[in-house]
Amino acid sequence: MEQLINTVLLTLLAIVTIGIIRLRNLFAVVVLAGAYSFLMASVMIVLDAVDVAMTEASVGAGISTVLVLGALYLTRTEEAPPRYSASLPLIVALGTGAMLVWGTWSLPPFGMADTPMNTGVGFDYLARNYEETHIPNVVTSVLASYRGYDTLGETTVIFTAGIGVLLLLRRFQRQR
Amino acid sequence: MTLIEPLLAHYNYWITIFLMVGGVYVVVARSNMIKKLIGLGVFQTSVYLLYLSPGKILGGTPPILGSGIALYSNPLPHVLILTAIVVGVATLALGLALVVRIHESYGTIEEDDIMEVVDRDDRSE
Amino acid sequence: MRLDTILRVMSKLMIPFILVFALYVQFHGDYGPGGGFQAGVIVAAGVVLYAIIYGIEAAQRAVPKQLVEFMVPLGVLIYAAVGVWGLLLGGNYLEYNDLAHGNQPHGQERGVFWVEIGVLVTVASTMVTIFYAFAGRGRK
Repeated sequence: MEQLINTVLLTLLAIVTIGIIRLRNLFAVVVLAGAYSFLMASVMIVLDAVDVAMTEASVGAGISTVLVLGALYLTRTEEAPPRYSASLPLIVALGTGAMLVWGTWSLPPFGMADTPMNTGVGFDYLARNYEETHIPNVVTSVLASYRGYDTLGETTVIFTAGIGVLLLLRRFQRQR
Repeated sequence: MTLIEPLLAHYNYWITIFLMVGGVYVVVARSNMIKKLIGLGVFQTSVYLLYLSPGKILGGTPPILGSGIALYSNPLPHVLILTAIVVGVATLALGLALVVRIHESYGTIEEDDIMEVVDRDDRSE
Repeated sequence: MRLDTILRVMSKLMIPFILVFALYVQFHGDYGPGGGFQAGVIVAAGVVLYAIIYGIEAAQRAVPKQLVEFMVPLGVLIYAAVGVWGLLLGGNYLEYNDLAHGNQPHGQERGVFWVEIGVLVTVASTMVTIFYAFAGRGRK
């Protein structure tokens, strides 16, 4: 059942992506991108990543859509017709895709418990977490405690991006 | 069922690759900068999928400890991707801000038109 | 502006619930899905909804620009200060074991609580700042 839902949602995701690639009206693309984010959030719930799904639904479908719409309002909503033929990028993309698909044959099948990834440090966290922190949500405790340095870095990146946007867009009053 | 099982076993990876390649195609083939940024976003979400898919264990539950649950999915990719999403929207905003400034300076957000303007300026100097 | 009565009334009803939900996501993040990143984005979404329905000036009266821009570095400083707090109590940087007089699980919970507050403050204020920057730019 899990696998069936997973397969259906992933197929829908691929269909929405084709729409995003083909459409030239940017407004329609933004709306499709919102649908794409909600589908991605549903896939993440099936993949047991509930924290990530919540973030993707609020960030991808909420804030990014608003920001892109704001940028569209300040620029324009129609993409210009293409000048060059898209055959070379298409060949490059298909070639890369074919090589990557070839590479998946040696990857372990979906949902197995004994893969190298699922025997490593992640399950060490699961085993030690409750004794050491008493926080049931392992994602929160790993995020804020075991990998606190990472999260400090990410917070700083968000801060830096915010400062960058302010410097680019805000009209500062000149002081004489 | 035996016929489609090997297909289902790698379906997640193939969709990941499709999204990845689609994102790259939009970034390379389209000259509109907002479309490029959305393509970059598709590429980025495909990487989320690439991380989360192998961490799922069939029959497992989300990694929130509770009594009577024996099997959890791998929590580590969730942590890595959670922060990546929020950083992703912050960098998207930075990119959009650059696009808005480019539009104010050049009057267009098509890369080909901007290159033309830049070439013309170079020649007139 | 007479036709959007439904939007105005409904958003006025919804925004308190959005903010309370954000608080729930923030403080229940130890026990269920949630945490500072999600709660910050949800708070920002509440402010953005208010700005879209009532206009950017009204939103900046309710949530002043200066306050939001002050909060962007404040969150990072709260986060970094938790690390220094651990240092002062004899641990390593960002080690929470000593924060509650040697009681390790309590110290961990205390550290995680303040770190998540720092993340909430930075994420929420950065998102609102970015939105204000785009919305206040004006078409040229």
